[in-house]
Amino acid sequence: MEKLTKLRSVAAPLMEDAIDTDVIFPARFLLLLERDGLGRYAFNERRGGNEPFVLDQPPYDKAQILVTGETFGTGSSREQAVWALADLGIRCVIARSFGEIFHANCFKNGVLPIRLQGEEMARMEKAARAGEEVEVDLPSQTIRVGDTAIAFEIEANRKRALMAGLDEIGAILSDDAEALAAYEERRARETPWLVLAPEQFGQIKSEEDAA
Amino acid sequence: MAGKTLYDKIWDAHVADEADDGTCLLYIDRHLVHEVTSPQAFEGLRMAGRTVHAPDKTIAVPDHNVPTTLDRVNGVIENEESRIQVEALDKNAKDFGLHYYPVSDVRQGIVHIVGPEQGWTLPGMTVVCGDSHTATHGAFGALAHGIGTSEVEHVLATQTLIQKKSKNMKVEITGKLKPGVTAKDITLAVIGVTGTAGGTGYVIEYCGEAIRDLSMEGRMTVCNMAIEGGARAGLIAPDEKTFDYVKGRAHAPKGAQWEAAMNWWKTLYSDDDAHWDKVITLKGEEIEPVVTWGTSPEDVLPISAVVPSPDSFKGGKVEAAKRALEYMGLEAGTPLDQIKIDAVFIGSCTNGRIEDLREVAKVVKGKKVADGVRAMIVPGSGLVRAQAEEEGLAEIFEAAGFEWRLAGCSMCLAMNPDQLAPGERCASTSNRNFEGRQGYKGRTHLMSPGMAAAAAVTGHLTDVRTLN
Repeated sequence: MEKLTKLRSVAAPLMEDAIDTDVIFPARFLLLLERDGLGRYAFNERRGGNEPFVLDQPPYDKAQILVTGETFGTGSSREQAVWALADLGIRCVIARSFGEIFHANCFKNGVLPIRLQGEEMARMEKAARAGEEVEVDLPSQTIRVGDTAIAFEIEANRKRALMAGLDEIGAILSDDAEALAAYEERRARETPWLVLAPEQFGQIKSEEDAA
Repeated sequence: MAGKTLYDKIWDAHVADEADDGTCLLYIDRHLVHEVTSPQAFEGLRMAGRTVHAPDKTIAVPDHNVPTTLDRVNGVIENEESRIQVEALDKNAKDFGLHYYPVSDVRQGIVHIVGPEQGWTLPGMTVVCGDSHTATHGAFGALAHGIGTSEVEHVLATQTLIQKKSKNMKVEITGKLKPGVTAKDITLAVIGVTGTAGGTGYVIEYCGEAIRDLSMEGRMTVCNMAIEGGARAGLIAPDEKTFDYVKGRAHAPKGAQWEAAMNWWKTLYSDDDAHWDKVITLKGEEIEPVVTWGTSPEDVLPISAVVPSPDSFKGGKVEAAKRALEYMGLEAGTPLDQIKIDAVFIGSCTNGRIEDLREVAKVVKGKKVADGVRAMIVPGSGLVRAQAEEEGLAEIFEAAGFEWRLAGCSMCLAMNPDQLAPGERCASTSNRNFEGRQGYKGRTHLMSPGMAAAAAVTGHLTDVRTLN
């Protein structure tokens, strides 16, 4: 995963509420097996109309930051929504709130989701519409725009992972192997019905298994 | 010390490790896998030279993109991209030694219908799947939620997830439902109250007399749409109905194991003195049959209402409602039960179970699908289909003019050829009415199976209670 520490760019305004993952990445493109190069399908239904889509117009075609409304990324768990945004160069999404699964998916792909409310959000919206340069500084958890500094919250472990571009699976397999083995051993003792292989119930595993 | 909620109890039983900041390594008992959100995860495993940590706890079934037409039994998937994706799952299941129900298996179906049907889903478990409607399994008192593809890879490799605990929310539905009001009306009515963000950050436990009165099928419908209310997981405490449903299923424990499991399952309820961060109470008798009018699942109104005016909302919702009405091709003030439809979709992980099909059969028996309406029934699994045929429901559907399909996700998300044409309007038992969800520029009204059946017969949105 690409490391994230500091971003500086214009912020693209997409000032709508409840942009769901079907809008960000329509289902019919989920047939693709790739995870790279998906940006061209992002917001497909919103592009190609009379009005150019915000991420296709200068200066926002170079934006690394997206500013949007409530429940951004609500809906389906499809990670393609984040992959496609990241492919368009978006590394930070600032919204009033997020769909929870989308929010979690961002951290797995080097994209920083930030929740802002009230006046701080209004300032971001103004900056985005005016094409002002915005700086997002992850180590100090600060957004700077003009003379304004806006602090944002992020969980410590997620911040570390983003800044290090961490391979979480590798870290768990190396650091938590003992805890995991101990847990599985204890569960096998205490709740054997959960861990018994179905074969031990006299089941057959393949499709020949009777209905 | 305050008592524990059901969520607290399941969570505590699954913490394999905890960091100083409260971040936990949560152990996963069942991992359900389908063809669309998994190929990149398996590819990731291969690239890193990793294996599946617990193949015996990993169950795979293709559902999202499979065709549902009868010619599927010939084993041909015409769409090349779909075929490649299904073949990738065939191969991954075989290479990594997973439990697998291929397209040709009678037990194939929507992953959230197959899991409970085969007894993979049990009370007190943690269940995940690369699909947001994993919340369905919460009906068994299992902590179940959707994950993205990176987390699919994570669970495949480690059988764990890095998680922080959510807050506890209680949604109580008191009293009795009126005739014609179903689990779908409950779950839509709750979203109408909370909005699609109301559950964000929470795990919801549904309780109260109206919930206890529901069958397991109904409870699955309620929990299924916890995600549309913003909550990653919904739960219902297990009771005798749950145990009766689970008992004897292929992968449920047997004999002494069953007794041992029951001893724990009977402790799975929220203590009277448990702490709730948020409580919502609805009176069951006040819930009406509802439909959605807009492009968000929170756009819910009783069928007796009219299309709302955007000016009746506040803040950002004014613009959203304007946009939604334009997309939906609706005028404010139009009575909802006068809205004409072009298509009917009955199925999905929300309403593709046998009880749903019985509801539909009750409404359409001896009647005909209205002229010009394309109506489709897609059972949630091959076994649901077989049972509906055995009970004579399929004959009723076909006599009424419904297409009677094979199992899959179908027009719920329109990844396969089952799609609306631009501008077409659908009465649907699925779970999302987002723009383009059922096909490019398609228009979706969400409702219960009985209501969708009534709309099929009249050709417009209809209060099912007015049909005889």
